[in-house]
Amino acid sequence: MTNLSSLSLTEMRDGLDSKKFSARELTSSSLKGAENLKGLNAFIEMASESALKAADEADIAMKRGSSTSRPLLGIPVAIKDMILTRGLKTTCASKILANFIPPYDATVTQRLKDAGAIVVGKTNLDEFAMGSSNENSAYGVVQNPWDTSRVPGGSSGGSAAAVAAGIVPVALGTDTGGSIRQPASFCGVVGIKPTYGRVSRYGVVAYASSLDQVGPIARNVRDAAKITKILAGNDKADATSSALRVTDYEAVLGREIKGLKVGIPKEYFIKGLNSEVEESVKAAIAQLISAGAEAVEISLPTTEVALSVYYVLAPAEASSNLSRYDGVKFGYRASGTKDLKELYSKTRSEGFGKEVKRRILIGTHVLSTGYYDAFYLRAQKVRKLIYEDFQRAFSSCDVIACPTAPSTAFKIGEKASDPLEMYLSDIFTIPVNLAGLPGISVPCGFDRAGLPIGLQLIGRQFEEETLFKVAYAYESSTQWHKKVPPVFAASK
Amino acid sequence: MEFETVIGLEAHVQLSTRSKIFCGSSTEFGAEPNEHVDPVTLGLPGSLPVLNRKVVEFAIMLGLATSCEIRRFNRFARKHYFYPDLPKGYQISQFDEPICERGKVVILLNDVHRTIGIKRIHMEEDAGKNIHDSRTSSSLVDLNRAGVPLLEIVSEPDIRSPAEAAAYLRSLRQLVRFLGVSDGNMDEGSLRCDANISLRPMGERKLGTRTEIKNINSFKFVERGLEYEVARQLSVLKSGGTILQETLTFDSVSGATRSLRSKEEAADYRYFPDPDLPPVTVEESWIEEVRARMPKLPQDAKKELVEAMGLTDYDAEVLTAERAFLDYFDAVYAVCKNARGACNWVTSELFGFLNKNNLDITASPIKPEDLGKLVQLVDTEVISGKMAKSVFEEMFATGTAPETIVQAKGLRQITGDEEILSAVRGVFEENAEQLAAYLGGNDRLHGFFVGKVMKTTGGNANPKKVNELILQEAKSRKESK
Repeated sequence: MTNLSSLSLTEMRDGLDSKKFSARELTSSSLKGAENLKGLNAFIEMASESALKAADEADIAMKRGSSTSRPLLGIPVAIKDMILTRGLKTTCASKILANFIPPYDATVTQRLKDAGAIVVGKTNLDEFAMGSSNENSAYGVVQNPWDTSRVPGGSSGGSAAAVAAGIVPVALGTDTGGSIRQPASFCGVVGIKPTYGRVSRYGVVAYASSLDQVGPIARNVRDAAKITKILAGNDKADATSSALRVTDYEAVLGREIKGLKVGIPKEYFIKGLNSEVEESVKAAIAQLISAGAEAVEISLPTTEVALSVYYVLAPAEASSNLSRYDGVKFGYRASGTKDLKELYSKTRSEGFGKEVKRRILIGTHVLSTGYYDAFYLRAQKVRKLIYEDFQRAFSSCDVIACPTAPSTAFKIGEKASDPLEMYLSDIFTIPVNLAGLPGISVPCGFDRAGLPIGLQLIGRQFEEETLFKVAYAYESSTQWHKKVPPVFAASK
Repeated sequence: MEFETVIGLEAHVQLSTRSKIFCGSSTEFGAEPNEHVDPVTLGLPGSLPVLNRKVVEFAIMLGLATSCEIRRFNRFARKHYFYPDLPKGYQISQFDEPICERGKVVILLNDVHRTIGIKRIHMEEDAGKNIHDSRTSSSLVDLNRAGVPLLEIVSEPDIRSPAEAAAYLRSLRQLVRFLGVSDGNMDEGSLRCDANISLRPMGERKLGTRTEIKNINSFKFVERGLEYEVARQLSVLKSGGTILQETLTFDSVSGATRSLRSKEEAADYRYFPDPDLPPVTVEESWIEEVRARMPKLPQDAKKELVEAMGLTDYDAEVLTAERAFLDYFDAVYAVCKNARGACNWVTSELFGFLNKNNLDITASPIKPEDLGKLVQLVDTEVISGKMAKSVFEEMFATGTAPETIVQAKGLRQITGDEEILSAVRGVFEENAEQLAAYLGGNDRLHGFFVGKVMKTTGGNANPKKVNELILQEAKSRKESK
């Protein structure tokens, strides 16, 4: 029998509905896959018991035929350990939340559960989503399923690896500067960061509140569209969530892209871009043109400053958001402290990892009296220019196509000692968060080492359906998404 | 050298919304510790604030009542510091863009009106409370109060004496209570204040170095703390010393202030706009909507009582001390249309009885409509003022309507000329000697006859009528002689 958990969401739905297999068999297969591939370190916590219980309930419900109203009934999913799951440990890959069991579900968790999904486990990440390689986890690095000596990308490395390795068909990630798209690119899967405000952030642990968005990582565009549709929509508990109506992302799949204008930003094809990545992305764009799209050269002149803006604003917000981890009410508390001040400093010194501390320090600095105007305020002004750049670009094109990351997955440890080098891996994804736009990464080839390459498509605000339409058109004309990583084949 | 006292107050007013400023938890006072908490109050990971729009309305209302300019584009900012009663490690407040600015409050002290400028009013959330348990030498945190909405009202340094500071604070309290935005209860901490104080040589325009007395929780302590601080600063300055800029606390037991921290230790709060809360736009239509719903302000009510109803300044002051007093008076007046009568019955009789029985006016056993009817019964001469007092007592004791009591007891003032005149004639006949003297010019006997007539009518005759008719009868007898 084939490994059930490696089926796509759509295949699983068909199999469940035609009673080829049960939800229990499907969930067991996922749990077994995770067990067999423990070495990947994709999960921080498994929820075997509750998952099997939910699977049995799903089987009963399906007998009553309720899968039409609950599209994910019986489908195993994984959730990044940055997103709250009621009664299931949520650590953010940090020692400071090592024992935090949330008393409530994030809105996105709730929406998945309401749709019938079965949460099999919590995936590994860079601590508090700060990182691009998953090396900053207090629970160890995640291995890339295509080459276990390489990183899966980050911060949603565990989610991308779990999906790529066929443990679950979809996993939730969060994306603040590329944390869904970059690991999706490194792991050869599909990942979308929706428009800021499209998906509720309630119950999603905040890293940088004005940039964070939740989105799915899946093995194909259709599955990603299905999940996005379930996640998206207004939430009264998140004041920044949009009240705009959610369109049916699945309904646009298969529509023609004839006449669609694809913008190619010249600033994204620069020195430092891996030549194999460049070739693959250009070939992908050529593929879109041959499907009837028109290429338009565009310019996004603020691209080169986006990284600097991000590394002022994100740490500023992070330094504020992470103030609550003080050892008083929940999470880790240092022992043997003599007064309040020491309780704070020792708890935070011991509880946070190096990269998190670095960003708290940067953020604290840029918000300090005397530095605020020069850093925070100026970065906000430039952020506005970045947004305006995209606005201008979208007056001449409908979608922007570019690489997701400047390289393929690098070796574990290769960039760990040089944070600036590491920060560069998000150079193409960060501007999208700063502008609040939706962006998707789809597999578009492999380098000579057999490592996946991602094509990034960027859309206008709240035009996710355009991204899905174009991504699906591209995917349908290629076979990249059908290739499986060696580790996946070995696990069967 | 003479010195001038310069004081500015920062008052914190807890708003009487049902739920907290950024979540649905109750704001009720006096619950068991940590009963009114939820993920947002606790600052749990992933929780997000959602603004309670009532808070904005209350801020607009107080802004309008103090003639402030209302900001159209409002943002919240995070103010950072670590303390166990602050769950998120930051307080959501407003920084350089407060919702109200440049207003004023007029105060009355020793018959003199003074205008105190309002620099700004902004919205923010309250912190919780730390409780220090000395037996176990541990600290406990109660977060019921965390997230309760506050308005911080910052005055200009226009206050010139501790007594004025207390008067200003009383005016603020009266105002927020009138508007219904807060109960202004200092005992329960619904109204707290910080006072900034400095001295400068008389005639000098530049402000002296100031000190700040934190967290004063009674009108008395505001005055006492400031008096102590004025005296302390004065003695430092007169002996040629300099004032240190510092934050103080007032110890009500010793009656002295002591230092909490100096300026050098002042925290850097690292304010920045809260990314979780979208800006709030206050449209003109919203302001007008709030204005239309605004109750009468104390200063307007006072003016009306004096100018349109002819009451004294003193009466007006008493009736507007509390919104409930004015509401009660208005309801009495609506029935009897006699401002003076209504005022007298409310401020002397009713207040006296309420005091004696330790009752709040809102718990008065006499409904204002009934008191209005009582005043009316007197005004229409159905009963006498004396009768009315006994009717009032019964109304207070039983809550019965005045007309019911009057009917049941058969109370009725004799106002008919015939009836009274016959009584007068009877009394004259029975007291021929006194009558002769009276008619002979001994006016002092007038009172004697009034007393006699009242007695024969069982005290039910209208005293005014009795007066008139005695004079009339005496006159006609003199003429017929």
